[in-house]
Amino acid sequence: MNHTPLKTIPANELNAEALYQSLLSHMRTVVTDSATPIRLVGIASGGVWLARRLQLDLDLEGEAGVVSSSMHRDDFSTRGLSSMTVQTQLPFEVNGATVWLIDDVLYTGRTIRAVLNELFDYGRPAAVKLAVLVDRGQRELPVEANVAIARAELPATQLLELSRTPQGQLTFDVEAIAD
Amino acid sequence: MRLQRNPQLNANGELIHLLSTEGLSKAVLTHILDTAANFVSVSDREVKKVPLLRGKSVFNLFFENSTRTRTTFDIAATRLSADVINLDIARSSASKGESLLDTIDNLSAMAADIFVVRHNESGAPYLIAQHVAPHVHVVNAGDGRHAHPTQALLDMYTIRHFKGDFSNLSVAIVGDVLHSRVARSNIHALTTLGCPDVRVVGPKTLVPGDMTQMGARVCHDLREGISGVDVVIALRLQNERMSGALLPSAQEFFKSYGLTPERMQCAKPDAIVMHPGPINRGVEIASAVADGPQAVILSQVTFGIAVRMAVMSIVASHDA
Repeated sequence: MNHTPLKTIPANELNAEALYQSLLSHMRTVVTDSATPIRLVGIASGGVWLARRLQLDLDLEGEAGVVSSSMHRDDFSTRGLSSMTVQTQLPFEVNGATVWLIDDVLYTGRTIRAVLNELFDYGRPAAVKLAVLVDRGQRELPVEANVAIARAELPATQLLELSRTPQGQLTFDVEAIAD
Repeated sequence: MRLQRNPQLNANGELIHLLSTEGLSKAVLTHILDTAANFVSVSDREVKKVPLLRGKSVFNLFFENSTRTRTTFDIAATRLSADVINLDIARSSASKGESLLDTIDNLSAMAADIFVVRHNESGAPYLIAQHVAPHVHVVNAGDGRHAHPTQALLDMYTIRHFKGDFSNLSVAIVGDVLHSRVARSNIHALTTLGCPDVRVVGPKTLVPGDMTQMGARVCHDLREGISGVDVVIALRLQNERMSGALLPSAQEFFKSYGLTPERMQCAKPDAIVMHPGPINRGVEIASAVADGPQAVILSQVTFGIAVRMAVMSIVASHDA
């Protein structure tokens, strides 16, 4: 867990690239301190770019995994299957692995719960940790990140999402939730 | 006068029952295929289960015998974590004279969520769909000679998997088209998905001229019918047709319309060969073709599970 309390940054001042560099720096320490190899798994879809970029920048062996929450979401009966585009791919042995889940934003914690259920359908990891760029609070479940780079507060009517420019630069978008 | 809404769709245009590929838009069919793509990998996981239909009750009502279709629906529902109840109609109260709707009412009183229905009378699933409560969904597993929409969808999935875009394809359906609900559902799906060249091929007694009204080209010569096609779908020749004097014999059928390696040379070199199963070796298809590199029959079976998972998940997620 972070020991320094995070300062709250206004959502429109979030600099995704700078936050990524901080995340990378934290993860370098994690890799050095870890006795066993760590496996990065990006949470679809915002965490996937982050995990893949970290995998390269940390010079880790193999490929970052991808985990989708869509099969274990708790809102299937209201939302249906609308967001089923990215599928779970875990190119490593999950049994006994030290898995670091990577995501852009941590919010209610429901996606993490769904992702943990999905991950455990593939095996029994030795440990699962969570690293996110932004924690926007408002948890509805007892879930916390091991590493969170920044804190932001947004009203419930707004979405905070990571996107990528055509040049590959990471950027945060704030959008009003459609009615 | 109010336009009649397709009974398969709710007021938002969302699928609540699957009764026929007829009347479903390209968007609805494509959504089912896209959803199925996500389910193919569930069968490869160590834990072959996702909780999307957890706690739902799926009743398989097969008034017509079919072990294979019923088994695939059973597997599909189970992989979605649903509870599956197989109704053995021969031993059930239908044989005691209970009407179809009374049977449905009784099962609904046991909190059924999805009915998968195969019936020898065309239209039976529609009757059931009109009758059930708003949260109950009906999937047609084959009704009379009318429709077999999940077979058509898995056939479309298979074609899309191996051939990509429908708008450039030539597809030939060969065999007993007259009695085939699979053929009818396939023709509707292919034309809706934009296939510009659909042909039905077989003897005059089994391939009626009025198939052209559905948008298919009628051919009575096999070589001409499969010339240059990307996909050949062979239909099962049912024994009853021979005893009904529509055909002299199975051997005669094979002589003129059986798919052999030599005749398959009329199709494109990379054409795929499909069959809804079970295959009659030496009747509609030679073993060399059925077991050869062009046949994708076993892939159809695998995709059939994913497609049925998709159909059940989609209808279950929409209220009437």
